[in-house]
Amino acid sequence: MSGASSRVPDLAAHGFAAPATDEPRPEIVSASHLAVEYRGHSVWSDASFSIRRGEFVAVIGPNGAGKTTLFRLLLGIVRPLAGTLRVFGGLPRGGNPKIGYVPQAHSVDRETNVEALQLVRLSHSENRWVPPLPPDERGLARRLRRAGAVAQSWVPPVTPSLRKAEAEATEWALRAVGAQELARKPLGAMSGGELQRIFLAEALVTRPELLLLDEPLANLDIRRAYELVELVHTLVRSENVATLLVAHDINPLIRCLDKVIYIANGRVATGTPSEVLTTEFLTELYGVPVEVLRDSRGNLVIVGGEDAHPDPNL
Amino acid sequence: MTVPPPTLTAAFALLWTWWSWNIPSDLATMLSLRFIVDAYEAGTIIAIVSGVVSYLVVLRRSSFASHALGHVGFSGAAAAVLYGINPFFGLLSFTMASATGMSLLGKRATHRDVEIGTVLAFMLGLGLLFLSFYKGYASEVYSILFGDIIAISVQQVELTAITGVVVLAVLAFFFRPLVFSSLDEEVAEAKRMPTLFLGWLFLITLAAAISVAVTVIGVLLIFALTVTPAAIAFRLTKRPLYAVAISVLVALFATWVGIFVAFYEVEPTSFFIVTIIFAIYVIVRTAPLVGRLLRPRAARTGAGTVGRNPVPRPPAPR
Repeated sequence: MSGASSRVPDLAAHGFAAPATDEPRPEIVSASHLAVEYRGHSVWSDASFSIRRGEFVAVIGPNGAGKTTLFRLLLGIVRPLAGTLRVFGGLPRGGNPKIGYVPQAHSVDRETNVEALQLVRLSHSENRWVPPLPPDERGLARRLRRAGAVAQSWVPPVTPSLRKAEAEATEWALRAVGAQELARKPLGAMSGGELQRIFLAEALVTRPELLLLDEPLANLDIRRAYELVELVHTLVRSENVATLLVAHDINPLIRCLDKVIYIANGRVATGTPSEVLTTEFLTELYGVPVEVLRDSRGNLVIVGGEDAHPDPNL
Repeated sequence: MTVPPPTLTAAFALLWTWWSWNIPSDLATMLSLRFIVDAYEAGTIIAIVSGVVSYLVVLRRSSFASHALGHVGFSGAAAAVLYGINPFFGLLSFTMASATGMSLLGKRATHRDVEIGTVLAFMLGLGLLFLSFYKGYASEVYSILFGDIIAISVQQVELTAITGVVVLAVLAFFFRPLVFSSLDEEVAEAKRMPTLFLGWLFLITLAAAISVAVTVIGVLLIFALTVTPAAIAFRLTKRPLYAVAISVLVALFATWVGIFVAFYEVEPTSFFIVTIIFAIYVIVRTAPLVGRLLRPRAARTGAGTVGRNPVPRPPAPR
């Protein structure tokens, strides 16, 4: 379906982002007719979408719609109930250094007097638990080979060359998020915005091609949220890293997005912002009347659909 | 040259008669006594082990788990005493079994205060039961509860050394993954780090550390060696390895001085160790406050309080 004939004028005409290049970029994630369940009941089903290299994708939807579940699928933590999911051309595999992940929950609190640098450094070296192996090998032979490879990768960074690689990767990641001056600052003393930048560096330090950010804007004020989106957008463009960002409010993001994945009502809709964020599209998705309004500055307000959409933030 | 006033001279004289220690010659005497040397050897190993373990206890917020394991160890030791076995083996088996149980409870088992507390009460009850069966001398019980390092046996020193070396080797190998999974458990899981295994490993090493530390300060004072040294270190540094070093030094200082002071005084050694550690903690906690009060007003209002800013190095080649 298309939103070209929506009541909202074409968003692209109002300066909203369009895909940066015309040449087809390599596909990183492809899902077809994907379904997933959580504790025995279906979360969403029949989802088909693809994510290409260097795309900035927002994952939007009410609480409990299954946004984090999508990330857990991509990370290989949960398995799909039906359909196929390919990540980097293969089955989703846990511990893939090509995927950077910033979860919603963190163990850091005020008492964590550990400098930020350590978190980023350890994130770089702790990728040794899952050595690269063909994913379809099974049985004892695989386990033995895997154990051997783990043992091999278990040389801690004590040699000068390993230490140097670790230090360089850490420095690069901190610089990429503009947090060099925060390297020695204790995690417990950081503000929400500073912490999110450090978590971003922690995810980036393995040079991922796919970045999964789970509600990074949740505890930030509007200005900090816009700053973080700006930073992520810069990284998406400069590193050509495909990024999925879970958010409640699409407005800070909308100018940067290539694609929106909208999860609601057990269904997953995907397309460009101008396709998805239309009255017709969302009305059909929710199954109840929904209206997409736009204020003078181009901010979107989605009205209606309360029955299917318990979240007042959107 | 000015002559001190007579009252001051009298005060010095009084202090001198009270202060009857002749430290160099007393030290020589102490080191010629076998039981003191044994106490020093065991105390040193225990201080190093508990100093290292305590860093992870504080980082993982597992002080309640360490408290619980100490109490579980009590019933283990009581059972061992009842059957005439070395209490260390009772301690070790009971604490290790409960550490395994706690880690099987779930990935965040160490935060499960309610479950741990429930099991803890039952285990203490069991310990009481074993004690009521025991008709022997009460000093055994006393030394389990409050520790008695001066009475340590040669065999006990050997067991402590073996346990200490094993615990330190395991922690040296797994230190980085343990720190990372404590700092960011969600990402650790996404990286497919064996978080359950790491949690178990941590509790097992904690159980072993507690089993040896009980000899020094007993189950009731276990906090002083498994929590406070790192609590002090966390106040002083933000770098994990420095923190571990400070934590070990604090534990070593308290144990060494504690045993030394106990040579002169009748009060139990564990009292001195706990007091020294507590004193350091109080100093470290209050020092910033005192410093702020002593500093001139201008500095207090914020002028010149910019922290050390590391100069960024030139960009690395990509």
